[in-house]
Order: sequence, then C-alpha cells, then structure tokens
Amino acid sequence: MIKHPLGVLGLLIVFFWITVAVLAPVLAPPQDFSHPYMILRYGFSSLPLSPSEVCPWGTTSGGYDIYYGIIWGSRTAFIIGLTTVLFTSIMGILIGGISGFHGGILDEITMRIVDLFMSIPFLIAVIVMTTVLGKGLDKIIFALILFGWHKYARMMRGEVLKVKKQAFILAAKSMGASPLRIFFKHVFPNSIYPVIILMSINIGRMVLVAASLSFVGVGAEPGFADWGQMLNFSRNWISGIPGHPFHYYYTYLYPSIAIFTFVLGWTLLGDVLRDTYDTQRPD
Amino acid sequence: MVLFVLSLVIFSLVLFLSPSERVAVFVSSPDALQNISMEDLIERYGLDKPFYIQYANWMSGILRGELGWSNSARMPISKALSLRIPATVELLLLGQMIVFFGGVFLGTLSAKHQNRFLDYLIRGITTIGVSIPEFIISIFLLILFYVTYDMFPPGRLSLYSTDVVYSKGFVAYTGLHLVDSLLNNRIDIFLDALKHIFLPSIAYSMGGLAAMVRLMRSSILENLSRGYVDTARVKGLSEKTVINRHVRRNAILPSITFMGMQIPSLLGGSVIVETIFNFPGMGTFIVTAAQGLDFPAIIAASLVISIMIIISNLAVDLLYGVFNPLMRAA
Repeated sequence: MIKHPLGVLGLLIVFFWITVAVLAPVLAPPQDFSHPYMILRYGFSSLPLSPSEVCPWGTTSGGYDIYYGIIWGSRTAFIIGLTTVLFTSIMGILIGGISGFHGGILDEITMRIVDLFMSIPFLIAVIVMTTVLGKGLDKIIFALILFGWHKYARMMRGEVLKVKKQAFILAAKSMGASPLRIFFKHVFPNSIYPVIILMSINIGRMVLVAASLSFVGVGAEPGFADWGQMLNFSRNWISGIPGHPFHYYYTYLYPSIAIFTFVLGWTLLGDVLRDTYDTQRPD
Repeated sequence: MVLFVLSLVIFSLVLFLSPSERVAVFVSSPDALQNISMEDLIERYGLDKPFYIQYANWMSGILRGELGWSNSARMPISKALSLRIPATVELLLLGQMIVFFGGVFLGTLSAKHQNRFLDYLIRGITTIGVSIPEFIISIFLLILFYVTYDMFPPGRLSLYSTDVVYSKGFVAYTGLHLVDSLLNNRIDIFLDALKHIFLPSIAYSMGGLAAMVRLMRSSILENLSRGYVDTARVKGLSEKTVINRHVRRNAILPSITFMGMQIPSLLGGSVIVETIFNFPGMGTFIVTAAQGLDFPAIIAASLVISIMIIISNLAVDLLYGVFNPLMRAA
C-alpha cells in the first residue's frame, strides 16, 4: 500500500465520493423527497447568484443551487458509472470469453463485429444514439452500454486465448472436465484481472462521457443533478464581466473540480491495479 | 466492406423516424416540397417500400452528392458539410502533428534522462494530462488565454479574415485556411487562422500527447536494451547518433500504430473542443443537429465521420510503410 502513494490517493478520492453520495440526503436535504434529483432552484433568473448563506456555493444560470447539484450529482455519477461498467463488462466477458474459448468461425465473426465498433468514435456514436432515443439518464446509460462493451470483449478474448494454451487446461481436459466447467473454474478466474483494471478506469471514463453529453446538451433532462449539465449552465458566464474576468468563477469551478477528481480517483486506482498485476512492464 | 456495413447500420437509424421526417433524408431543398402532396413524396422516394429498396435509393442519392436538407443549418447538408469538413480535417491534422512530434520529442527526452529530474517532470505532467478531461482543459485554456489576456479568440477566423477568405480574389484550394492562405500569399490570414486554431488544437491533442509521450518513452527504453544499440556504440558512434538514427527509428513504430488507433477518440473529442471554442467543424455540426433533432444531418454526419476514419486509417497504414522497411517489402 505504502509503495503506491498515488493509489492511496485514488482510493481516498473514491471513498470521499462514495461518502458524499451515500450522505446526500443529509448533506443537502431535498425540498421535495419524491424528486430528489431535481436541483433546488432559487428563482428563475438567468443571472448566477454569488455565494451567500442560503446557497453556499452560489447558483448557476437559471437559479440552480450549485452545492445541491454537486452533492446529488455524485449519485448520478455513481449510477452511470457502476451500471454501465457492470453491464458492459458482463456483456464483454461473455462475448469475448465464449468467442475466444470456442474459436473458429464464431470467433472470426465476433471479432469482425468488434472491429466495426472499434472504428466508431465512441462519443459521436453515443450522441447520435441519445438523439434518436431522446433525453434521460436511462437512455444515456443504454447508449453507453451499446457502444462500450467491445473493449471488454477484445481484452477478455485475448486473455482467454493466452490462458487456453496453458498446461493446466490440458490437465483439466484430460481429467474429463466439461467445457463449461473448464471455462468457469479454470479459464475465467485466470483471465479476469485485466478486465477488472479496465473496469476501474472505465467507471471514471463513462462518467466523463455522460458529463460531456450533458455538457453539449443532449444528455440528462434540464434541471437533473448532473455535473456536465451544471458546466453547460455556466458556459455563458465563463467570460465574467468586463474588468472582472473571474466574477462568475463559482459557476464552472466546482463542477469542474467534481468531474476531475471523480475521474482522477478511478484512473489512479486502475493504474495501481495495473502496476501490481503487470510487473513485467518497463516502467 | 466496413463502410457498407456501417452505412447499413446508419441507415437503419432512419427507420426510427416517421415517414414525414424520413422525407428530409431524401429531399435536398425545401423548394422541392412546393405543390406536392405527402402521398406523391412517399411514392417518389419509395418510403412505403421494403428496407433494401429505400437503402438503395438513399445510397444512389449519396453517390450523386444529395444528402438531404439540414433544418438546423438551414441549407442542404452537402453544402453544410463542404464548409465543415475542412475545419475538422485541419484540426485533426494539426492535432496529430502535435501528438506525433511533441510525443516523439518529449518521449525521447524523458527516456534519455531516465530517473532524473527532467524525466520525473515530464512523467508527472503526462500523468495529469492523461486524467484531465478534454472539456475541463478547454474551458480553463479559454479562461486563461482569452478571458484573462484576450490572446487567442474562439471561432475559426476573425470577421475581417472571413470576408477575405470568402471573397472572389481568394482561391480556396483545399478549404484548409492554414494552407489556402499560404498558397494565396496572405500571411496575415495565415496568422489569424493560426491564432484561432491554436488553443483548440492544444486542448484537442493533450490526452493523445500524454499517452504518446509515455508510449514513446517505454518504447525507447525497451529498444535501448537491445543488442544493436551495443553494436552501434562499439562502432564508436556518438550517443546522439545512436539515439536519433538507430533507437528512435525503431522505437517510433508502436507510436504510429497508436496514432491510427486514437483517430476515433480524437474525432470524438472534437465534439467537445469545437463546441467550447465555437469552432465550426463536424463536431459543432453534430451537436447543433442533435440539439435540434435534425436527423438527416446526424445521419449524413455519421457517415462522413466513418469515411474520414477509414481514410485516415489508410493514411496511417501508408505512413507505417514509410517508417518500417520490413512492411514496404511485403
């Protein structure tokens, strides 16, 4: 642990955000408990309000309370990150694992499909998909899953191919183990680790892509607690007022820090997982 | 082959639309809709026919350059794209150049000073560079250089230069303002275009550059432990020649592959960067189309993006041949 100070930092950041997300109702009590994800509003003025006692971090354009948005946005981030990574990794592990394990024509077809997905720009594909499906968190998650599984499939297949050649698989086969048993008891545990690293890094990345979507205005519905959307609200105010370029600093500073630390935490964690696994890599 | 499958996938998005919206994918100008009933249109474009016939109609339209009418850009899509594609290509080329030259230079520097101060500095910066999201870099670059110092304005050209570029005396050879201005001997336009594209290209290439530096560094270190390096040193070559002429040439190969692989993610990043810097390229086109639910534009843009990726992958493959003599023989 001490050998990886950056990993400790990443872990701390992730724990910090987990705490924030869990304690959200305490930290920022919603007015209407049936819609806790809609950001509190103080009026409808497009002019941001500077920090005061009522709203400690000020409000962004449209009277949305920044503090409330950041706190509840952490829950949105975890929902997006964890669900997409869970589903994409399961899809990828099954598709890649079976294709690598089975081999032959099935493998060939799957890999061509994966190649096809690899050549599509992820962000653009997701934007197109959410446009077709409409706004909302569930639609973003669906689009992210649809275009995100292929990386896991590719990685899992590579690992399975590596593990498949090893002697203990032959030993298991010669003892009469069924293919299903070999796959789940021998191949799977030995090829899962790189996928776990990818999962850790991808939780941050998926949140980032979702934030980018909301940032360009095709993601979550207006007023939903989402960091990307809060940055979107601040876009007209980053130039400040004449003579005071940082007058509206609070509109973009807090959401940026939130997104940055969230992504950084998961990336650092993934880096350390990789370093402990991949000791052969020249540093 | 890839293009065929992709075009099928993209066209199947059309089936999400109602027939009246679908017409917009086929019709290139609202004038064509005067004095004509919906039934006529459905008949003319075969909108009640099976999927493959509609696809064939659509494909033949595309091959004639008719991509439909964009409601958000208020012009035929083919015209809007002809204005937007060069901007993104310009950004992509400049970004790739920054990634390549910057990555090779800094990576070599870092490897040469392994485990000394300069190495730690470069590695520290790249670690941060990999994990800062594009749109946060972009916003802060914009705040720092434009808002505070008024140095690099957003947009693609200033008003004066826009007038010059679209005037009669200015010949548009490629549509890339940086190249055109030099071909027309207009240094002022060149500097203006450079001033506008500078920040976007930096923000755009930051992630790729950081990854490239790391890749280049480890690739050089790996090559340094090979036998041919000792041979070169024993021959009495200077350390500079060994690194520049022998090691770097071999170490550069994985980074060429990397450049090809990062093209899709660069193009995806262009959506964010172009939006923030108000740069009128494919990214902003897709975003405005998506916000205005302008499906024909989105469909055409996705097709163009996939064509761009295929072309640039081909270019990278050719580049690989230039750098690797083994590939040239094969």
